[in-house]
Amino acid sequence: MFKRNLSVVSVLVLVLAVSLVLVGCGGEKVGNTQKEGGSNELTGTITIAGSTSVQPLSEELKDAFMEKHPGVIIHVQGGGSSAGIKAAITGAAEIGAASRNLKESEQDQGLVEHKIAVDGIAVVVNAKNTAVESLTVEQVRKIMCGEITNWSEVGGPDAGINVVSREEGSGTRSAFTHLVMKYKENGQEKEAELTAGAAIQSSNGAVRTTVANDEYAIGYLSLGYLDDSVRPVKIDGVEPTAENILQGRYKIARPFLYLTKGEPKGIIKEYIDWVFTPEAQDIVAENYVRVDK
Amino acid sequence: MNNKLRNWWEKIIEKALLASAAAAVLVVLLISVFIFAQGWPVIQKYGLGHFLFNLEWKPLAYPVQFGILPMIVGSFLVTFGAIILGVPLGVGCAVFLAEFAPKWVIKIVRPGIELLAGIPSVVYGFWGLMVLVPLIQQHLGGRGMSVLAASIVLAIMILPTVINISEDSIRAVPREYKEGSFALGATHWQTIKKVILPAARSGILTAVVLGMGRAVGETMAVILVAGNATVIPGSMLDMVRTLTAHIAIEMGYAAGEHSQALFAAGMVLFVVIMILNSMVLLIPKRVGDDR
Repeated sequence: MFKRNLSVVSVLVLVLAVSLVLVGCGGEKVGNTQKEGGSNELTGTITIAGSTSVQPLSEELKDAFMEKHPGVIIHVQGGGSSAGIKAAITGAAEIGAASRNLKESEQDQGLVEHKIAVDGIAVVVNAKNTAVESLTVEQVRKIMCGEITNWSEVGGPDAGINVVSREEGSGTRSAFTHLVMKYKENGQEKEAELTAGAAIQSSNGAVRTTVANDEYAIGYLSLGYLDDSVRPVKIDGVEPTAENILQGRYKIARPFLYLTKGEPKGIIKEYIDWVFTPEAQDIVAENYVRVDK
Repeated sequence: MNNKLRNWWEKIIEKALLASAAAAVLVVLLISVFIFAQGWPVIQKYGLGHFLFNLEWKPLAYPVQFGILPMIVGSFLVTFGAIILGVPLGVGCAVFLAEFAPKWVIKIVRPGIELLAGIPSVVYGFWGLMVLVPLIQQHLGGRGMSVLAASIVLAIMILPTVINISEDSIRAVPREYKEGSFALGATHWQTIKKVILPAARSGILTAVVLGMGRAVGETMAVILVAGNATVIPGSMLDMVRTLTAHIAIEMGYAAGEHSQALFAAGMVLFVVIMILNSMVLLIPKRVGDDR
């Protein structure tokens, strides 16, 4: 008798525990801004959500900031630029991260923009593809829209070009489209369309892996994702380096934005102000272009 | 403990268990309501035909195009390929395990199959991208990322499902059938082909349908090896995008109608999976029931 009751009780306890956990999840407050007990130590939680291009930078900034202020907890989440902007508007995240400028539908929602860095987009080819040193923006566009389909047309080997792109809606893709695929013809603004033969990958890392494994591939990446597995080509003879982007010589570049609902306050203000200090901008400068105020 | 208290306990437990059962149903209900509520407005606006029979997917162009036909066809092709490759292998393995394998072989093969089921799908995908894709590119041509690559990865992934269920159903075939067949002078292979497999047919069919369900629903592994172009593939070596991959790839950055259109794609997927699941219910459960 006792034994049976025991198992019954344990089932009940389990049900109770699960429901408590579920209830408990809803209650946590984020974005606390109070300073504790008169000391100057900052405490609280900030959530940064949005562009996966900004994510690696946010992670590094977060680590440095949390080291200075152990009382502060910062969560960095991906989700994409649109999701980040949405999160900032609805308050789901204290800071929304975007790697593109706001669309018309997203303006007038009370968001304040903070341009924390400028990112370059590198056009990359396989490391073995050493024949193609430099391309013009026009050549890149024609490759991407399928007008140029063989490497020999741009000074490479006689082999088909395998285009790799990002998915519709990606911040990197929309910035790339904006910066490369738009052109003027007879005074009219036009936008070239991505070739139907392009492979689509859904992250910078996946594009890099794809290009690294395909000798005849071409793709584009956020500058921060460049490594030895792929080779960036020069654009109009200019290498994609922070220096060149800062000087305005490298053309394929875009802003990284932090978005807050209204002017930031409390620890959110402390954090964003810190991002513009030379110390934080040194971190930015490791992979991107600094924007000291 | 007196009887009153005992009855009281029983009632409470009964209600608690009922609540658990209801929770599962409720969750399914909530999810479907949510998906349909999100997807319906955009279907209403553009018409179901626009989604199902349009070849163009241009969610950000003007005017927008929300055709998911290439993705529907893609899902079917990849699933079909996985079944063609995976089912003979899986059923073969099941027959071997149930009919031929000595105990010590089973002791090695079984944990292997279980391990196969436990590997996270992204690992399959990554393996496919690093090994399979270059292999296909070098030996068969094309870009490597293809219907074939996705089908092979999925075929491996559905193996545990197919093997386990088929083996169970083969083992469930009554001994008398087999003995009768042997008594008539049939060889072991003849017995398998003419008696055991037909008798285990319903279980094997269930395995195939469940495998299909797994293949249709698989996302991460497919994204990495399929190339994900939004066009209907012309051959097994062309790139392909499946419905699940489509939703997962674009969800992160989608806003407004674009995101609603993805929910609409989710609705289509939902209906496909429901049809597959009801097919399992239609398959007769026991040997001989379908006679």
